[in-house]
Amino acid sequence: MKKLMKGNEAIAEAAIQAGCRFFFGYPITPQNQIPEYMSKRMPQVGGCFLQAESEVAAINMVYGAAGAGARVMTSSSSPGISLKQEGISYMIGAELPCVIVNIVRGGPGLGGIQPAQSDYYQATRGGGHGDYRMCVLAPSSIQEAVDLTQNAFDIADRYRNPVMVLGDGLIGQMMEPVDMEKAMNREPAPDLAQKTWATTGHKATVDHPRSIVNSLYIDPQVLEDHNIHLQSKYDAMESAECRWQEELTSDAEIVIVAYGTTSRIARSAMRKCREKGVKVGMIRPITLWPFPEAAIRATLATAKHYLCIEMSMGQMVDDVRLAVNGERPVEFYGRCGGMVPTVNDIVDQIMALSGQSDPDLFKQVEQAANAACEKINDLGKKIDEKVNSPEFVQKTEELKKQVEGAAVKTVDGLAKGATLFAEGLGKAFDAFKKEFDNNDDQGKGGEE
Amino acid sequence: MEKQFLIAGFGGQGVLLIGQLIAKAAMRQGSEVSWMPSYGPEMRGGEANCAVVVSDEAIGSPLVSEPPVLVAMNKPSLDKFMPKMAVGGTLLYNSSLISDPELRDDVKVIAVPCNEIADRLKNNRVSNMVMLGAIQAATDMTTDENLEGTLREWLGESKAAMLAINMQAIAEGRKLV
Amino acid sequence: MAVVFEKTKLLCDAPFHYCPGCTHGIIHRLVAEALDELGIGDTAIGVAPVGCAVFAYNYFNCDMQEAAHGRAPAVATGIKRVHPDKAVFTYQGDGDLASIGAAEIVHAATRGEKITTIFVNNAIYGMTGGQMAPTTLPGQVTTTSPYGRDTNHCGFPVKVSEMLSTLTGPAYIERVSVHDVQHIRKAKAAIKKAFQLQMEGKGFTLIEVISTCPTNWGMTPKESLEWVKSDMIPAYPLGVYKDVTEGGTK
Repeated sequence: MKKLMKGNEAIAEAAIQAGCRFFFGYPITPQNQIPEYMSKRMPQVGGCFLQAESEVAAINMVYGAAGAGARVMTSSSSPGISLKQEGISYMIGAELPCVIVNIVRGGPGLGGIQPAQSDYYQATRGGGHGDYRMCVLAPSSIQEAVDLTQNAFDIADRYRNPVMVLGDGLIGQMMEPVDMEKAMNREPAPDLAQKTWATTGHKATVDHPRSIVNSLYIDPQVLEDHNIHLQSKYDAMESAECRWQEELTSDAEIVIVAYGTTSRIARSAMRKCREKGVKVGMIRPITLWPFPEAAIRATLATAKHYLCIEMSMGQMVDDVRLAVNGERPVEFYGRCGGMVPTVNDIVDQIMALSGQSDPDLFKQVEQAANAACEKINDLGKKIDEKVNSPEFVQKTEELKKQVEGAAVKTVDGLAKGATLFAEGLGKAFDAFKKEFDNNDDQGKGGEE
Repeated sequence: MEKQFLIAGFGGQGVLLIGQLIAKAAMRQGSEVSWMPSYGPEMRGGEANCAVVVSDEAIGSPLVSEPPVLVAMNKPSLDKFMPKMAVGGTLLYNSSLISDPELRDDVKVIAVPCNEIADRLKNNRVSNMVMLGAIQAATDMTTDENLEGTLREWLGESKAAMLAINMQAIAEGRKLV
Repeated sequence: MAVVFEKTKLLCDAPFHYCPGCTHGIIHRLVAEALDELGIGDTAIGVAPVGCAVFAYNYFNCDMQEAAHGRAPAVATGIKRVHPDKAVFTYQGDGDLASIGAAEIVHAATRGEKITTIFVNNAIYGMTGGQMAPTTLPGQVTTTSPYGRDTNHCGFPVKVSEMLSTLTGPAYIERVSVHDVQHIRKAKAAIKKAFQLQMEGKGFTLIEVISTCPTNWGMTPKESLEWVKSDMIPAYPLGVYKDVTEGGTK
């Protein structure tokens, strides 16, 4: 049976059901329900919740617990994740698995607390120092947040590498129905090896020597070798862990690329535009790293345009452009600072790219244009002695251009807007006619 | 088919609960639902609102920018959100706390004296339930049985005794539409 | 044949990288002996800092984690919460503990985190080449206080043991020195007591060890030991600052 759950709480429960027994965090909006939920639930399942003195301390507690062999998680929001970057870099260097949840808010600096996707670079490029990669999972619904959080623990253990679950204020605060029964008592993936590398305080033997968790390699050759080893893990992640969803892409001339919250809104816009006959599809990256480059390239067969939509000033669009590699134009539309794009905003963007106007609108514009032409013809007959006057020719040309421009110009598909537009055109014509008549009168006055 | 609700008032009026009960009732009927609260610096008596979307298919944006159904439990909420309402929408406002408002003439308006009715029922905590009843009647969002089931589930065994007064408040609200 | 000397089991067969005359080696040995003698050495888990002791994981023959600069108490907290029955310790210098890691140590202490911190105070940043530390004495010349530490300009030394002893969480805090045999014996007893109390679950324990840095102090090893007596100990008085055990006076 489905249960109505808040994103933050669903993520926390999913982690517990995936065997996470240690959580270290620090309060920051809009992710506070995760530590709050953990503080209540961890003691009930024999786990440990500890509120750290800072995000810096929290990620280092995660380092210790992960190094000691536990499934461990921390969560924060953008400014707090900046503080955790040091620890993330160290954990990757020391090959420690953990899950980090970032419920993104607008930045830079203290920014705001409303939903944003402006931490894409930080998450996918590594906000910390060194050559490193980390899987970044971006849920677009609460159910998916549950599923991906549980997957995240397996991916982290599989590669001994941190994994980030990247949501936003909306994913954290929203309630949606979740099937928790499926998520209950989730066993670790069967392919996962024992954590013999962990510092468990075991007595060292020849077969199982003492464990050292460390990211310091003073000898450059050894450090290069270590990096080559890490790179081989990133290569393995790229080939095995890349996830995406494609919708209506088989004939898509316009391919939207959007993730998380934005992809939901883009989906609604896509459906509206399909109803208008626009061949639009969507690739939704579920892993932001590895980025689904091949999936995007597969759409080149039909795609004429790509449209990347984000709640940022344009970050993922770089990856889309790298994937498309200059073969097609890649457009961008974004809102930021906590502003969320609306369905109509995105419909406008799609229609602009489609190169055709809304068919409903098109009909009306055509009718208006025909009517205008008829009137011009009538008028022309009546005043044919004036027809060759340069002023008249010029004005007629202008009006024609206006009509043609209006026919191809893409505007909002609302019938209301179209009506207004057609009315406007009629008014423009009337105004022109009046002016022409006036000129005619003046002409009669014999000033020429 | 998609239905959108925006429910606004001040903290403590139970506006978030109204939204959750609408969402839960729809979920029990097999619809897709989303419930999205306003969030910000926690403040007693501060502004609170939530958006509820009910649909046959996966929900796109859980935000409601042009509410077809607006529930305003206090004056600031009415002032803030009424101008954003969709033409032909339904406005339900708490007439106990909003007297003689200037209302739009292109939306359907239902005045609900939530607090007065709650006082008459001798339980000022059920004023939001009066409004829920009015919403149900005005929007045809769910059946009486399902709403009762939803409420029963929400109250649980520990508060089962509260069911009667809540249902009574809902029934009073329904009568107003 | 009677055994008159045995290598400390908990130290690896690895030559220390410490400078001649530095007392880190002595302190490592005391920690290893204390853990061995309590029978908890081979299952202990240690945390190395950033600073001169950054390679401590090469020397202590038990499970070890290397922490980011200043974060050892947070890392040790994570370890202890996963393995509450194991002896967990951090080994930190003055820059690591009292400067960049001041928050982590204060909060581990006030939580009564059941770990033991060995705090090595030699009043200077050794590994990076002799810069001013939070514990550098007033007037002391370092590479970043070339005219001597001017307290009007950059404030006063941090007295870690005194400061932490005002908290309720710590069970035992003592400042010791290793400049002569008598003090070395006292230091070992203190370290052993700290681990003992950790295993009894009494709370946070910290032993501050006054150490030397002949290289960056610009002294011979012998001069540096003299300077500990003449300058360091008057500024950092030895003794027990916190003791919650029965008969404990602080």
